Amino acid sequence: MRHSEVINVALVGNPNTGKSLLFNQLTGLNQKVSNYPGVTVEKKTGTSKMQGEVFAKITDLPGTYSINPSSLDENIVLQTFIGIDKKNYPDVVVVVADVENLKRNLFLFSQIKDLEIPAILVINMSDRMEKRGISIDIELLKKELKSEVVLISARKRLGIGKVKRAIINYKEANTLKIADIADRIDAQFFKELKEKFNDTSLYKAWLLVTQSHNLTSVPPKFIDRIESFKADKVKFNKMQNKETILRYQYINHILKKTYTTDAEKATGMRHKIDKVLTHKIFGYLIFAFILLLIFQSIFDWATVPMDLIDSTFANLSEWTKNQLPEGVFSNLLVEGIIPGIGGIVIFIPQIAILFLFIAILEETGYMSRVVFLMDKIMRRFGMSGKSVVPLVSGTACAIPAIMAARNIEGWKERLVTILVTPFTTCSARLPVYAILIALIIPQQRILGIFSLQGLALMSLYLLGFTSAIASGWLLNKTLKVKGKSFFIIEMPAYKIPSLKNIVFTVLEKTKAFVFGAGKIILAISIILWFLASNGPASFDNAEEIVKSKVENKQLNKDELEKHIATYKLENSYIGIAGKAIEPAIKPLGYDWKIGIALITSFAAREVFVSTLATIYSVEDNENTNTIKERMGAEINQDTGKKRFNFPVGMSLLVFYAFAMQCVSTLAIVKRETNSWKWPLLQLFGMTALAYLASFITFTVLS
Amino acid sequence: MSTTLADLIVGEIGIIDDIPIDSVPLKLLEMGCLPGKQVELMQIAPLKDPLYIKVNGSHLAIRKETASLIKVTKIKNLCDILKS
Ligand SMILES: Nc1nc2c(ncn2[C@@H]2O[C@H](COP(=O)(O)OP(=O)(O)OP(=O)(O)O)[C@@H](O)[C@H]2O)c(=O)[nH]1
Ligand SMILES: [Mg+2]
Repeated sequence: MRHSEVINVALVGNPNTGKSLLFNQLTGLNQKVSNYPGVTVEKKTGTSKMQGEVFAKITDLPGTYSINPSSLDENIVLQTFIGIDKKNYPDVVVVVADVENLKRNLFLFSQIKDLEIPAILVINMSDRMEKRGISIDIELLKKELKSEVVLISARKRLGIGKVKRAIINYKEANTLKIADIADRIDAQFFKELKEKFNDTSLYKAWLLVTQSHNLTSVPPKFIDRIESFKADKVKFNKMQNKETILRYQYINHILKKTYTTDAEKATGMRHKIDKVLTHKIFGYLIFAFILLLIFQSIFDWATVPMDLIDSTFANLSEWTKNQLPEGVFSNLLVEGIIPGIGGIVIFIPQIAILFLFIAILEETGYMSRVVFLMDKIMRRFGMSGKSVVPLVSGTACAIPAIMAARNIEGWKERLVTILVTPFTTCSARLPVYAILIALIIPQQRILGIFSLQGLALMSLYLLGFTSAIASGWLLNKTLKVKGKSFFIIEMPAYKIPSLKNIVFTVLEKTKAFVFGAGKIILAISIILWFLASNGPASFDNAEEIVKSKVENKQLNKDELEKHIATYKLENSYIGIAGKAIEPAIKPLGYDWKIGIALITSFAAREVFVSTLATIYSVEDNENTNTIKERMGAEINQDTGKKRFNFPVGMSLLVFYAFAMQCVSTLAIVKRETNSWKWPLLQLFGMTALAYLASFITFTVLS
Repeated sequence: MSTTLADLIVGEIGIIDDIPIDSVPLKLLEMGCLPGKQVELMQIAPLKDPLYIKVNGSHLAIRKETASLIKVTKIKNLCDILKS
């Protein structure tokens, strides 16, 4: 039997050239595609059927301008080629280039070729050639580069078959060096290098020697030899400089013969748009206007579908209740899980609108203009203009946002960005905010347009951003981190967003949010329900204890049952835990039931609502329709008034705005910073801040 | 005192004379910003920093501190371009 063949393919190229889009089309997976440099920050592998029994294992890599890395995401490309991992070494490299800037893309291509590895040049975005007045002589280019060259348009799906064919025939691709420049950099040095490293390509040896500080691991057989070539940085720097100039000379020489472009067509439009969008005054005005538009539409467009979802879930609860026999379990389902899930699903419209706007900002190329506008301001707060990307995408979820910070060159700026990103209002906070706002802020409009509840929500978003910025300032002053920072960013061409891509992105992200939250809500509801319906001895004897306590009072059956249920909950495992922390949270205005919700929220904030729903459902059999009503009806035993009054609600809002309640974020911060120090700083720092701020809020308001 | 990239005004074009390689990141050169190339200052951010330049076919934003290290010779200014 013949084994099926698997070809190992690496997708490499400058940022924003369409690698991920090509990857998606080859593998059917859905890597994020967006119009700004630095979208992909970690490698991702997928399989693609090439032809018959031939498969390809395709790896999408972060974009880079050179094999010499200057940020963490770019480092991944270097590791792929000269790291220790032999098994994943690519059989063939597909270098994806942007037709609009072929020169700079060929720089990387020539480096890859010099590694003496089969490489195919894929020139992407052919659909833009006409508009830009570009023409290329592909046949001549093939000859000059001594390589296979394919012209495609990933967006229009043109030429994908040709890419596959080139991959299948990769063995025909030669492994010739193309830019033979070593002798002209420093003949003597490279002669010695070649003698010592006779078991690998000369360019790889050069990279091993100059980039060893960027490698986590070097193949052991090279270690001694690398050591013997250690030279001072200045010398290497000079040589790299020379290498760059010589490579560009070589490329210019080739492109002169094969590539023509109409300069006016190439940049006319972009120039005009940039004049407005990065204008001294209009630049900021437009940015502010866009933000305002986003918030207004989140509140205004979303209300109709939200009401619809709300009533659907109330009906579903009602229906399920009638179908199931009465009992604690159906209570869990009807009043815990269904409303808990409903409490997430109801936010689909708002979250989808938010995702839609982010996707449009990213796809048009506007995001990089914001980076440009904000760099100077962000620097004052210890960050870089590039920190804007994590802070904006943090409104969806902090996890991809923190990873996006890999694109920031300076370690200190990157660290500060990672540390403050969890302050931005992620979509998991939205359900908590919304229900509390609905309970404590009256449904009114001021000036006839702005809804008071909408404004309250907007202030919470502002609070998130402000605290991120403010803590950035604080960290900038206190953190003693060395390391130079610099800032170079490419301004991508404006593009009309691809509708398909936008719809797809919004659907994917929304789905991921709902299912992610759904799973954790389900899990926590069940654990909670178990802990709430079991307990030590006093729990099992609840009936007798309560009966003997209330013997002399005249209670009807219902009231008695209620007393028993409450007593049981208080003495269940979870009740005991809640009671244990009650003294600590009483100053903030919370009782032990809210305390339980706080505890579970440290796993993930979105379980706040479902936790309360579960607890109330264990305690109470009465007919209350929605969680909101149930929360509204909850009575504070000490005062006899409503539990969720204005001071308590505000104090909770503040707590959720500041507290670091997301285990996954902590895990990502640990991974990205490679130390427990920073996630622990976040956990304790942010939570202490939350406690203090809530205490002040509650005390001042009550 | 010689002119640097940071001294250009918006719309002006210069030829890069020298880039001190010990203080300017290699990345900038690798992106095409090389001695002998034409560079145009496209736009300055509202707070005077960073600068938006076009060089060797690339559109880049760099900080003023980097730009002020790059020596250039002005070849044209806005008026000349308009006249021609
Ligand atoms: N017009 C046009 N746009 C394209 C084409 N291919 C990709 N794009 C767009 O180019 C942008 C970048 O695409 P990505 O696939 O995210 O690029 P990437 O190379 O993975 O970028 P990084 O992950 O940042 O390195 C997106 O806005 C795509 O929609 C194409 O053939 N034609
Ligand atoms: Mg990508």
